[in-house]
Amino acid sequence: MSDFIKLRNIVKVYGSGENSFLALKGIDLDINVGEFVALMGPSGSGKSTMANILGCLDKATKGSYFFNGVDVFSLNRNETALLRRNYIGFIFQGFNLLARTTALENVELPLLYRGVPKKQRHERARQALDMVGLLEWGKHTSAQLSGGQQQRVAIARAIASNPLFLLADEPTGNLDTKRSVEIMEILSNLNKQLGITILMVTHEPDMAQYASREVHFRDGEINTAEAVLR
Amino acid sequence: MIFNAVFLALRQISRNYLRAFLTMLGVIIGVGAVIIMINLGNGTQAMIKEAIESLGSNLLMIHAPPHLNPSGTTKSRYFTMKEVETIEERVAGIKAVAPVNAGSAVAKYMNKNVQTSVQGVTDGFFTAVDWKTAEGRSFENKEYVAGTNTCIIGESVRKNLLGDTPAIGIRLKVGSVVCEVVGVLESKGQGGRGNDQDDIILMPLKAFQRSIRPNNSIYNITMIMVSLNEDVDYKAASEQIAVMLRHMRNITDKTKDTFEIQSTKEIQQTVEKSIGSMTAFIGAVAGVSLLVGGIGIMNIMLVSVTERTREIGTRLAIGALEKEVLLQFLVESATISAVGGLIGIVFGFFMTLLLSAKLHIPFTFDVKTATVSFVFSGLIGIIFGYLPARKASRLNPIDALHHE
Repeated sequence: MSDFIKLRNIVKVYGSGENSFLALKGIDLDINVGEFVALMGPSGSGKSTMANILGCLDKATKGSYFFNGVDVFSLNRNETALLRRNYIGFIFQGFNLLARTTALENVELPLLYRGVPKKQRHERARQALDMVGLLEWGKHTSAQLSGGQQQRVAIARAIASNPLFLLADEPTGNLDTKRSVEIMEILSNLNKQLGITILMVTHEPDMAQYASREVHFRDGEINTAEAVLR
Repeated sequence: MIFNAVFLALRQISRNYLRAFLTMLGVIIGVGAVIIMINLGNGTQAMIKEAIESLGSNLLMIHAPPHLNPSGTTKSRYFTMKEVETIEERVAGIKAVAPVNAGSAVAKYMNKNVQTSVQGVTDGFFTAVDWKTAEGRSFENKEYVAGTNTCIIGESVRKNLLGDTPAIGIRLKVGSVVCEVVGVLESKGQGGRGNDQDDIILMPLKAFQRSIRPNNSIYNITMIMVSLNEDVDYKAASEQIAVMLRHMRNITDKTKDTFEIQSTKEIQQTVEKSIGSMTAFIGAVAGVSLLVGGIGIMNIMLVSVTERTREIGTRLAIGALEKEVLLQFLVESATISAVGGLIGIVFGFFMTLLLSAKLHIPFTFDVKTATVSFVFSGLIGIIFGYLPARKASRLNPIDALHHE
């Protein structure tokens, strides 16, 4: 169980030679199944770099990353894409819904790539929209939805493919407090009811309250003194 | 996977019809131009071929044009009946020989008169040019022998001069003689030079020679038409006739010929060749506009990729493979281009219909050209869409996601 996510001595260097910048200075991190981890820290602390590596979008310069027993850094571009497709859901700060596309179609997108047949795809997308309380908004395009609704659609898209791991990068960064709370409640429910492991990057302590554990980053290292376990 | 890509691409196109249309415009115009040019070219070719064939498909025309060679030192000479008879006797595979003496005269009936072409002919004429009477009868043998003043009139002459008056038995004044109408020719329509072939009056050769253009010379035949059987080699027959005529006229140097032989087959081939190369040339110019259309597609696809960088980032993040993104954009540009091609074909079809009606060219529509244009336009989409598609598929998802 504790082997779900295992990061060892993660080093990330940007650039080379004199201009190189050490973004992560040898991080060790484990995340267990069912955890809701908040990754916190000021900008430039390395938390986004960490999130990209955790989401298999980026590779570390040094170190090892085992995701569900798979050595992520040994995979090629296609294999990591398939890993993301099948096991990881993404929620972005800017929602990133497809323009001129209905909510339902957006939610169907990852299922489309998975090759789920049309009828099933439709059914599962509707279920996911129902979970975020937007079933009746399925026919609306992104432009017709408010920011909070768009982010809920994005959550539905992330969970439609039943991922093991949900990566939320500043999911409430573009929302006011009321909408933020709604989003956090949805995430919290997903974690508790469906047992999805969640990693959320945030710099708002209020939002981090919903997580079961806080990991604080400072200057490319984990600041153990600030760690919180609820 | 291909099916999914087509599905995604069609959905993408349906999101912005105006842009899709503008992107297609180059291909629409290119394909449209190719279709119009090739079909109008084919129509023209068919028209000219038909006009030449209306003369008889394997016909030699021996005439004496006023200017035979560029310097004009050699005087041409008309033909004698003896020459006609020699040709008829000696050349193999002849269907008919038709000596013709042609001129023009004013024809009068009641208070109307028209200037028309008058030709003195023999029996062979009708076989040689494959012409029949629609009303009345042809000339009888005794009329040829005696040279009676009887005539057969063309449809235009009948219409202009007689109107609704029944033609047979009427007496016209042609030139200075009166001749009785015994028949009306069936209508042949326009000739190869846009001339009205039905504006004609035929008379027995002897009557013409005596009454219309009196001439004491034995060289009193302006043209000999020789209709050959379909399987006869016109080149060999033409050469044989030339040799015979030179011998009879004591010509030793063939650059000093006093006559000229033309073959309808040869004319037809020359015309077909020149129209063919013209069509190919214009087709090539139209092809260039297709190329420009392709570049237009590439341009818009590159813009589209830049615009949709975040979308591509999102797709890559949620697990789209490189080849799936590549395929999506390739299918998108191929679909846009192919739809453009289809619109171009429809556009070309109607423009050809319109232009051929305006230019009096028979309407033709070559399905093969349309099919090739359609496939080619799809191909252009793939070729010119490849670069933008590759650019999209190679994006780094993290950079793409944070693209503003």
